[in-house]
Amino acid sequence: MAKEEKLKRPDGREKEELRKIEAKVGVIKRADGSAMFTFGGSTAIAAVYGPRTLHPQHLQDPETGVLRCYYDMTTFSVSERKRPGPNRRANEISFVTTKALQPAIQIENFPNTAVDCYIMILQADASTRCAGINAASLALANAGVPMKELVSAVSIGKTGDHLVVDVSKEEEDFTVMKDGKEIKAATDIPFAILSRSEKISLLQLDGKINSEDLKEAIELAKRACKKIAEIQKKALKKVKDEA
Amino acid sequence: MEISKIMKKKIEELIEKGKRIDERELLEYRDIEIKTGVSAKAEGSAWVKVGDTEVIAGVKLDAVEPYRDSPDSGNLAVGAELSPMASDRFELGAPDIQAIELARLVDRGVRNSECIDFKKLCIKEGEKVWSVMIDIYPINDAGSLIDISNIAAIAAVKNAVFPEYKDDKVQYGELTDKKLPLSDLPITITVYKIDNKFVIDPLTEEEDASNTRLTFTITYPDEVINSMQKTGEELSEQEILEMRDIALKEGKKLHAKVMSLLKQI
Repeated sequence: MAKEEKLKRPDGREKEELRKIEAKVGVIKRADGSAMFTFGGSTAIAAVYGPRTLHPQHLQDPETGVLRCYYDMTTFSVSERKRPGPNRRANEISFVTTKALQPAIQIENFPNTAVDCYIMILQADASTRCAGINAASLALANAGVPMKELVSAVSIGKTGDHLVVDVSKEEEDFTVMKDGKEIKAATDIPFAILSRSEKISLLQLDGKINSEDLKEAIELAKRACKKIAEIQKKALKKVKDEA
Repeated sequence: MEISKIMKKKIEELIEKGKRIDERELLEYRDIEIKTGVSAKAEGSAWVKVGDTEVIAGVKLDAVEPYRDSPDSGNLAVGAELSPMASDRFELGAPDIQAIELARLVDRGVRNSECIDFKKLCIKEGEKVWSVMIDIYPINDAGSLIDISNIAAIAAVKNAVFPEYKDDKVQYGELTDKKLPLSDLPITITVYKIDNKFVIDPLTEEEDASNTRLTFTITYPDEVINSMQKTGEELSEQEILEMRDIALKEGKKLHAKVMSLLKQI
């Protein structure tokens, strides 16, 4: 059996150490709710408008309000300029983001309305969808949308033999040498966890893991999301105290 | 939800008793048929039928410039189109999120499993590499498009051969007998939660009755998980681990079935 190499993260972090987090609420005055959330070099801002009348009318649901999330990145958020406008990846992220936040909000009492959440990535250093979900969760709370709980998101990664918490771009691009050639060897597992029920509302995996890794990844994510939820609560309290 | 509340209730009641509306077991796959080489101009193609669901996938190869960060590697692109012919729920127009998600799920499975050796697709480093373009067309949607689209994609990839490359050009129509450089092909298995039970290979009505699904792409025999995607309502840790166990176990059976069918072709 191969000897497990000691964990050495490129930025020197410990296995469960998160990057520097900044969370600020109420950053977009015109929106009903807004927030900014940063993981190290990844910054997301989110704006929430709603509940408001849903257009077009045929999409309205007479039994409940509808949450719609839209994720996009600025062209200059990444190394090689990204073409403006949401691409297929952004569409998929918008979709899973909506699903991640939906369980936390209660808008059955707002039939025929929409709660629209716009997420923009200002700078990207991996884990952007997680930063986006964290910002969106804050923005929804800031907008006064009835919420059962907060949603906190983090990416768990596997680089070589080790699972790590809060993946950076360098870790996402982790490669190993095989037969003299460099091959991609990182796995990215984004999670979103509901603060009260501890249930998982976002789970994706891109890479390679063994079945036992999944259990450990869930445990790591739960611990990390607890820390993140505390930071989110502090940010919300700050704006409440300042009001 | 598109089905009536009565139908949903009926499905849930049956499933509580371990039964399904088409009398299968909860974790039983429908019968699978695979035909390859069904589209003459494609470098590889496959038609897959699982129950009443039918999907066609095709592979086109082209010689292109490599991406800047991988000058010695071939490329992969996966697309899917949900034509209104397959279901009254699909509309004409640009791929919607269902089609996008489907394509990206198949892409991640093929890409992360490394079943295609992209380094062996290099024609001239930094200048020309082979691009593998897989496109998936459901013809009839009777449920379980994600898993079945993956079967069609890997069958088409297995069927594919290189066209001749002469005078710096791809000579379409002149096929070699050289297959793509392949290793263990990935299997996709989506576990659906209906009420408090789990099913696989759902009919459309069962998909409608389900609020949550967790898709796994797994490579056998090593049982490596290459991709996961949860969609729908939230899941507990226990549920996720139970769905993982179902996926690994049932995926193994599905993998054996598909591989034996592909051998016969």
